[in-house]
Amino acid sequence: MITVNGSPHPWREGMTVRDVLEERRFTFPLLVVRIDGRLVPRGDYAEAQVPDGSDVDVMHLMSGG
Amino acid sequence: MTESGFDIAGLEAGHRPVSEFRYEKRPVVRGYNDRTLYVNVGDGRIAEKPVSADMRAKFTGGKGYGLRLLWDAVNPSTKWDDPENEINIAMGPVCGNTNYPGSGKSLVVSISPTTGIPIDCNVGGYFGPFLKFAGFDALEVQGKADRDVIVFIDGDDGVVSIFEAPGEAVDSHVLAEQMVAMFARDEKDRQHISSVSAGTGAEHALIGCLNFSFYDKRRKVARLKQAGRGGIGTVFRDKKIKALVVRYSGLDVSSNNPADLAGLQETGLKLHREIVTLDDQQCRMREIGTAHLTEIMDEYDLLPTRNYKFGSSPDSPGLNSHAFSAMVTHGLPDGCWYGCTMACAKAADGFELATGPYRGHKVTVDGPEYETVAGCGSNIGVYDPRVVMELNFYCDTYGLDTISFGTSTAFVMECWEKGVLDSTRTGGLEMTWGNGPAALELLHRIGRGEGFGLVAGLGVRGMKKYFAEHYGADPKLLQDIGCECKGLEYSQYVSKESLAQQGGYSMALKGPQHDEAWLIFMDMVNNRIPTFEDKAEALYYFPMFRTWFGLQGLCKLPWNDIEPADNSSTDEPAKVPEHVENYLAIYKAVTGNDLDRDGLIRQSARVYNFQKVFCIRMGKGRRIDDWPPYRMMGPVTVEEYESRADRYDKQLKEQVGIDPSGMGTPEKVAALRAYREDRYEKLLDAVYKRKGWNREGVPTVETLHDLGIDYPEVLEVVKPLLV
Repeated sequence: MITVNGSPHPWREGMTVRDVLEERRFTFPLLVVRIDGRLVPRGDYAEAQVPDGSDVDVMHLMSGG
Repeated sequence: MTESGFDIAGLEAGHRPVSEFRYEKRPVVRGYNDRTLYVNVGDGRIAEKPVSADMRAKFTGGKGYGLRLLWDAVNPSTKWDDPENEINIAMGPVCGNTNYPGSGKSLVVSISPTTGIPIDCNVGGYFGPFLKFAGFDALEVQGKADRDVIVFIDGDDGVVSIFEAPGEAVDSHVLAEQMVAMFARDEKDRQHISSVSAGTGAEHALIGCLNFSFYDKRRKVARLKQAGRGGIGTVFRDKKIKALVVRYSGLDVSSNNPADLAGLQETGLKLHREIVTLDDQQCRMREIGTAHLTEIMDEYDLLPTRNYKFGSSPDSPGLNSHAFSAMVTHGLPDGCWYGCTMACAKAADGFELATGPYRGHKVTVDGPEYETVAGCGSNIGVYDPRVVMELNFYCDTYGLDTISFGTSTAFVMECWEKGVLDSTRTGGLEMTWGNGPAALELLHRIGRGEGFGLVAGLGVRGMKKYFAEHYGADPKLLQDIGCECKGLEYSQYVSKESLAQQGGYSMALKGPQHDEAWLIFMDMVNNRIPTFEDKAEALYYFPMFRTWFGLQGLCKLPWNDIEPADNSSTDEPAKVPEHVENYLAIYKAVTGNDLDRDGLIRQSARVYNFQKVFCIRMGKGRRIDDWPPYRMMGPVTVEEYESRADRYDKQLKEQVGIDPSGMGTPEKVAALRAYREDRYEKLLDAVYKRKGWNREGVPTVETLHDLGIDYPEVLEVVKPLLV
């Protein structure tokens, strides 16, 4: 199990940041992702591994309006 | 007949001069003229007014100037259609700069027909910048004419004139072209002409908007941007103004006479590069503008469908950005002011109208922006982009606000669903969800001032009163589902799951427009502002920061619809710190004055609190006025609750501490409502405290003194309420 924005989320072996975003349906383009406080560059989402038990922070910036 | 197809000589033959005023032309100095233009269309007076040192220091420009002038013009009993009410258009020191994207905005203020308090709109198009370079920091229009008039400001020759104009069109897409054909001296001069107009709908409805034109020399058409909210177009036509027109042909990169042109260009170049390099990977503003948001809002359950009942629909893909991208013309510079590389003002060319008085005409349609897609699409159950495009066109040319029309029509459709309305009451219109032809016909009836169109044109608050009085409808139900606050219709986001955004909407001074704060992601998705104090801080910072755009004549979009490549690594990425620094830099480059982040917020806080007191002076602006309809706070009906029962049951269990098993849905709706309304009360307390207001939402004397706006006339308003 991992935590995503403060709520529990199931973990699986080999899980990447992109997997997390897809499972949470986070489709907004302006995201800032940190795993246990460590920034994940936007271009690395497909490869960046999410360890079991980690705290994933997916900050959505604002747009529109 | 001219090449344009208009009989300009015939139109001019019908003109009758009312008055004329000649003024000394002077260059702008570091972003300021230090004078404003007063025009009274009732008695023909035209004059220039100096800007006092105090006004410049305390009100900065733009919306600040507009509000200060409006305060002095009206009294506490002034209604929107009283002659002393004004339409004030003001620009701000940075406005007109062509070096930094998004620097061409005008701020329009008036006493609103739907709210009775000051409304403000931020609008693109060339009118404001041209007016500024013609010699004035603001235009103040007062009085009511007996016959239709046009006001022409010739910034090249230094002449302002008012004349009666009986023959010109009223609908904006025709009138804007007539003004170009009438006042341009040659083909090249067409881009030097800009007009402000409304339309026939604004004559029959309280939700009228203003159209600010800009001549697109590649399309060879006068395009339109809207000052949409709060019915200023209605005030405009009530004053019998057909058009305000300005001509200015001397624009260049240094027209603002900035203190540091090289610095201004350097900062602008940085953002130009950022937009060109990164926009297609970020928000695609250059491709489709704010309409890129439609599918995102649907995905996050935030896209209003069926009068804000729900936040998504299986039909929403019909309205996604790619559907509209296929309809607009690409590859043209679509900025609504010079130098804006964000260029998000998209337009569909050669669009053939299927209905209404212009049926069969092929026209250029500006938009639709996200708000129009949601308001005239998903919120009324319409998922055909051609219907949305046609509603967009007719709202614009009739001078009607697409947001208020959409939200009002959604309310009509739900009232139909609930049996409040039937075809005998709507004049035969079947106002069922998704009935695009009926929505278009309703719009045309507003344009013609006919039957049920006159009722719908009252807006949501007016309709609530009408339906209760004439049809015996339950006022409590109407209050719950009628999505307005203070009299202004909500813009197009579902705020049920974000307490902070409920406050961002309902505490917004003019009414529920999201331009003060858009906190849904920060609150609902990121879970970054969990406490009342956190939310209150966000509801302090963002409204103050965003007010600043309106003081300067800036567009908000280049602030956070594009972000620097390294924004993620900053300590507060949501604030886009590099762009905030850019704003401080361009302010200094134009005015020569230093400004830091605290100073920026302080500039805004003065005007924000002044506007708050102004609302109180006009009879609103108290705690009761900041209360939203429950539809914007949570599920009103069993249908809404059960559509997301897992979510709401979980909240009852984990947040409210109630076991929902065994409870009936109406009982669960009531329990959740009690919980959410209590939290909203606590939010009000926290935000008022953070803003330096008392528990009733009245700024304290200390707050006003600290900001330096403790004028006697301001204290006179608040003191009786602070005892």
